[in-house]
Amino acid sequence: MPISLVTPEFEVLRDQTRCIKCRVCERQCANKVHHLDPDLGVMVSDEASCVDCQRCVTLCPTHALKIRVNENQFRPNANWSQQTIKEIYKQAETGGMLLSSMGNPNPLPNYWDHLLINASQVTNPSIDPLREPMETKVFLGKKPRSIKRLPDGSIDTSLTPQLELSMPLMFSAMSYGAISYNAHESLARAATELGIYYNTGEGGLHEDFYKYGPNTIVQVASGRFGVHEAYLNAGAAIEIKMGQGAKPGIGGHLPGAKITEAVSRTRMIPKGTDAISPAPHHDIYSIEDLRQLVYSLKEATNYTKPVIVKVAAVHNIAAIASGIARSGADIIAIDGIRGGTGAAPTRIRDNVGIPIELALASVDQRLRDEGVRNDVSLVVGGSIRSAADVVKAVALGADACYIGTAALVALGCHLCRSCQTGKCNWGIATQQPELVKRLNTDIGTQHLVNLMTAWQHEIKEMMGGMGINSIEALRGNRLMLRGVGLSEKELEILGVSYAGE
Amino acid sequence: MELEGQVRIPSGCAISAVVSKDLRPISGETVIKSMIPMHDRSNGLGGGFAGYGIYPDYKDFYAFHIFYDSRKAQEECEKYLKDHFEIVQAETIPTRKIPEINDVPLIWRYFIIPLTSQMLRLQVDEKEYTARCVMYINVHLDGAFVFSSGKNMGIFKAVGFPEDVGRFYQLDDYEGYEWTAHGRYPTNTPGWWGGAHPFGLLDYSVVHNGEISSYDANRRFIEMFGYKCTLQTDTEVITYIADYLLRKQKLSLKEMSSVIAASFWDTIDHKDPQEAKVQTYLRKIYSSLLITGPFSIILGFNGGLMALNDRLKLRSMVTARKGNTVYIASEEAAIRAMEPDVTNLYAPAGGEPFIVLTDEYEKEV
Repeated sequence: MPISLVTPEFEVLRDQTRCIKCRVCERQCANKVHHLDPDLGVMVSDEASCVDCQRCVTLCPTHALKIRVNENQFRPNANWSQQTIKEIYKQAETGGMLLSSMGNPNPLPNYWDHLLINASQVTNPSIDPLREPMETKVFLGKKPRSIKRLPDGSIDTSLTPQLELSMPLMFSAMSYGAISYNAHESLARAATELGIYYNTGEGGLHEDFYKYGPNTIVQVASGRFGVHEAYLNAGAAIEIKMGQGAKPGIGGHLPGAKITEAVSRTRMIPKGTDAISPAPHHDIYSIEDLRQLVYSLKEATNYTKPVIVKVAAVHNIAAIASGIARSGADIIAIDGIRGGTGAAPTRIRDNVGIPIELALASVDQRLRDEGVRNDVSLVVGGSIRSAADVVKAVALGADACYIGTAALVALGCHLCRSCQTGKCNWGIATQQPELVKRLNTDIGTQHLVNLMTAWQHEIKEMMGGMGINSIEALRGNRLMLRGVGLSEKELEILGVSYAGE
Repeated sequence: MELEGQVRIPSGCAISAVVSKDLRPISGETVIKSMIPMHDRSNGLGGGFAGYGIYPDYKDFYAFHIFYDSRKAQEECEKYLKDHFEIVQAETIPTRKIPEINDVPLIWRYFIIPLTSQMLRLQVDEKEYTARCVMYINVHLDGAFVFSSGKNMGIFKAVGFPEDVGRFYQLDDYEGYEWTAHGRYPTNTPGWWGGAHPFGLLDYSVVHNGEISSYDANRRFIEMFGYKCTLQTDTEVITYIADYLLRKQKLSLKEMSSVIAASFWDTIDHKDPQEAKVQTYLRKIYSSLLITGPFSIILGFNGGLMALNDRLKLRSMVTARKGNTVYIASEEAAIRAMEPDVTNLYAPAGGEPFIVLTDEYEKEV
């Protein structure tokens, strides 16, 4: 093999005095970093293959292993960073686009961290969620502009279909194919237990998971993989995926290696072929086409399911959302530039789109300016990392949040950002049976339920601090936020005052 | 210092009300008395009253009460009024010079009716037309502020303790079948008269004690429907919510209370199925109009009033009765000051609407 100019990103530090040569690391590493040197009688590492997924570190019984960033340095250069140089080497060696996964790792401004939450003092009592009711239930869907009365004067309570969430959180779209059967099962079971929803992504719905339908959102994306009548009717809602925050403007590519027998059956494509979803929906070249797809799906499901339209946060997002609000969609989902992915071209992931906080603030305001905010619900995703991010998102105007990365982290993901290789040592982003089985679905489900329950407690605690005992009174309540370290323009777009004001 | 409306000022308060179901005239003096034992609930930075049935001779005309900062503002506003209404009477509101009330603006009263031609052009009814004009003046005409705009009712308010404000406006000279009163305890104030309460739009007037934590959620929702919250006060947004739900959405008072002080989901689930269905529906579609945080409000209108507490009852409010007269106040002492010999003392539960309608209004509906 020719010598590569790309030096290893990580160093494997092994304390040989602790190593008992049990070879767990060797068996656990799908990247084949570790092996026993028969001549020397010690464990050695091929660091070039290490992705720092921490699997070996976590499972080493004697804590003999550490992975750290390779201290080897190219000559420092502020303009040509080590990362930039390595990427050029890779492209020079392969001639390909750079691929990445998970969310944008670059230090883009994170507006959640520049927003601070209010609390009651003196003039208004805070409320203790342990002693008083504290409501986090949310209904997503179109709300009528006025009530109708029946001939006897009572209110006509019929309503277009709504999604009922026990808390303003849902698991965002991650396809079976991109992630494993066990990961999907964990998400489906956790959503059911929690009274929220998970999302099939664009990979169809495995036949075993139809039973979780009442807590499933089925996605229709540009490749239309796995879309058929029973699929559309299996879920509680249908999501049209127009775009994704990690890769706005482009489609998807699931390599043939991940198209196993079961994935092939679910996606309705031949085994082993690449699953390529086109950049646009080829039946949607304009907003009026979107309206037709929305209504086609509603017709196909007899108007029993709300339709979500998911878009990536791009420059003109407010106008786009306003168009979607008039397209018959019941819910708009917006995914920001920090949103995750199973695979995306690095340049796209890191450079295309805008942060979700700004997109959310301007969309919510625009829909209000046009008087159509109640015609649609607003769900946002793209790096919601904690209960505090959720509270801030709701206060900016979101009805609910989508979480993807945080859910995977709860399942054991260590954000090594190598999903595209299909060799996920944690059994999440892989289809290799020996890796998939590492993810125990009972434990996975429990971790997801724990995480969401913990966030719900934190949300309630913060709401109580603000003297708010129902989540709807927080939605769009921007007075509950103050900015720090932001410019006037940023504050203007976010619609919040500066701390101290 | 910033004016009310440029900055949001939390405040605590005292409220009271009296209503005679059989339209027996009650002097403004009565309700002034109720505020005296609650003196310490105000801090001299705002007081006010609303009287219903006080202008029987002009009962078919909208009575606009307007504060002006200057003659120039008055000229500009009167030109606007002439362009949009027929003015049948314009006068200063009589006041009594007392040392407790200072920095008095120009205070005028107009009895007017909308110009039919203008209403037809805009294709709106009389109330919508009038409400829009009020909104226009308050948002766009600098130095003019319409603080009362209903028929056969009037709001009187100022910076000062409520009992002084009542004397200042000579309310002992007025008689009405219903009065509400308010004493304000703002945490700070630029001392602007428009910021005192009650707040009114058309014949709805609201007195409110509390600081609502849902304010900005409510404000940003209601502003979708042509309302503009210029004062940043809870009372203002509550008044607009009442106007929107009652006048525009045509909800009943009880239905409105199921929106703004909705029962908890758990409570709804245990209600009779039909009732649960309606309450669930109302909570779902008007979720942004749920008001959280402490409040006790009295909503006055032609034909009665409604008192309502937040759903946790974080503010005190009691009601009582004697014969055909009903009393409501933050404290029992205030009621006893109006009528020592009351019966049926009752503290409505959180979220439980206490509705009093005049016999005449009840017959109509």
